[in-house]
Amino acid sequence: MAERVLMKGNEAIVRGAIAGGCRAFFGYPITPQNEIPECMSRLMPKAGGVFLQAESELAAISMVYGAAAAGVRTMTSSSSPGISLKQEGISYIAGAELPCVIANVQRGGPGLGNIAAAQSDYFQSTRGGGHGDYRTLVLAPWSVMECYTLTAEAFDIADEYRNPCLVLLDAVIGQMIEAIEIPDWKPKVPPKPWTTTGAKGRPANVVNSLYIIPSDLEEVNNRIQARYKHAAEHLTRAQSIRTEDADVVLVAYGCSARVCRSVVDMARGEGIRAGLLRPITLYPFPTREIDALAERGKRFLVVEMSSGQMVEDVRLAVEGKSEVRFYGRTGGVVPAPAEIVEQVKAMAKASSGSTTVNRQPTTVN
Amino acid sequence: MQKVYERPESMADVQMSYCPGCLHGTVHRMIAEVIDELGVREQVVGVCPVGCAVFMYEYMSCDMIEAAHGRAPAVATGVKRVLPDSVVFTYQGDGDLAAIGTAEIIHAAARGERITTIFINNTTYGMTGGQMAPTTLLGQKSTTCPTGREAMREGFPIRVCELLATLDGPIYLARVAPVNAAGLVKTKNAIKKAFQKQLEGRGFSLVEVLCNCPTQLKVSPIDSLKWVEENMVPYYPLGEFVDR
Repeated sequence: MAERVLMKGNEAIVRGAIAGGCRAFFGYPITPQNEIPECMSRLMPKAGGVFLQAESELAAISMVYGAAAAGVRTMTSSSSPGISLKQEGISYIAGAELPCVIANVQRGGPGLGNIAAAQSDYFQSTRGGGHGDYRTLVLAPWSVMECYTLTAEAFDIADEYRNPCLVLLDAVIGQMIEAIEIPDWKPKVPPKPWTTTGAKGRPANVVNSLYIIPSDLEEVNNRIQARYKHAAEHLTRAQSIRTEDADVVLVAYGCSARVCRSVVDMARGEGIRAGLLRPITLYPFPTREIDALAERGKRFLVVEMSSGQMVEDVRLAVEGKSEVRFYGRTGGVVPAPAEIVEQVKAMAKASSGSTTVNRQPTTVN
Repeated sequence: MQKVYERPESMADVQMSYCPGCLHGTVHRMIAEVIDELGVREQVVGVCPVGCAVFMYEYMSCDMIEAAHGRAPAVATGVKRVLPDSVVFTYQGDGDLAAIGTAEIIHAAARGERITTIFINNTTYGMTGGQMAPTTLLGQKSTTCPTGREAMREGFPIRVCELLATLDGPIYLARVAPVNAAGLVKTKNAIKKAFQKQLEGRGFSLVEVLCNCPTQLKVSPIDSLKWVEENMVPYYPLGEFVDR
């Protein structure tokens, strides 16, 4: 029987990482993710791995680049402003086709923002974040259990796709404590003949993202894009909760999905058939799942702790076939279930009287 | 017949892209010779910079990583920490090491990372077209200080060895100038010593190599060597700053 323990989301990230085979962590302090490097500094040496506090986020991600080049499963963590600093290294890691895991415990922005929970790094996370034609594969846990399992799995995914894999959570998911069952986890590590570990008994290897001849670089970019196409087919994941008979489907991830889970029941209590589609992978995005719901006439309410970022992906998936509305709170404000229920009610009311498709987001308070 | 000169095993059999008279190729060769002499080629992971030496990975026949501008010491740290038995070096220019990568070099040195840095100081951003470097001398003209570097406008040139010598992490810091026969011998010896220090596993080692850039100085290769001797050496004194 699996061990059942109380744990903070941030600690579950650490324990999941170690279970996933991570043996090198390079970090830098920033709230609300400090439990990750603190916990790593205790647990990683016990697991026989390396923990090092870097002089900056730039250095931390560059250390990750070096450790990944040396073939070791490696990660870093930070929160929004720190993740912005890491973008240089993330782009180089993607360009050099190296695997690594990055946890972003999102906080309010822009700028220094605040240390409360937010989901305003969605664009940065799912569009690549740094310069160049690449994406980061993005997993979005909504529970402490998922912090553990998705982080463990992120290392398999990063290795399989030779691409950075981002675990995107927020201050609420990182700081909350839940009971979890520690699963048995067996990392799947593929052979890595490309590593720079010393050219012993083989020709020298080079880890590099510089291709001075344009057609060479295009070839690399095509190879990277082919991996994303494969990921879209095989990696995309979403959870459907009561969407089968739903008239209004809420779309939310992470913290806001937890709020929306309550909204589904509250709305149904008032006679409105609501459901929730929760993307677990934000990139690749569950476009097909949303499209299938749109085909069946479902209408969508996207709820985010941002001024509307994921809603663009939902609209791209729906392609005007159905109504997509948006409700968001920003600055670290977590929307209350009652606020969202009001939005769902307004949508239900609008549909009974009119079939007009409203493609504009509703006003944000 | 006796063979007296050959390509080191650690050097790839390719043509370099450096300008005529440039010392990058000479220093590359010295590093390759040292790696061969120490018999560590199969343990070596080199980290090359952004700048003229960006293609160093094509010229060496050991494992190499291309780093982002200035980040080589952090990348090298990542490698060395997970592969403590490897022999890790960075090769960095003055813009790379003393401007954009100042934090990375200072902290790698302060941590006493068991890595070796070969620091090429030629007072200019050679590849990007001769802009002012952190080591550009006072009065020296560049494409971004066209009337000459002025202390109260562009600040003072940075003496990297002296700066790092204030830290406890480095176990070997030396400045050399391979611009004449004696300088070439001393450069090779310093590079070898720096790698040997790494093998001792006690701390960080760095060799600052004063180099020419005939292209950006707009002088002949021979005159560029004289320029280093006459202008750089007085400001950047040669010698060993730390040896412990």
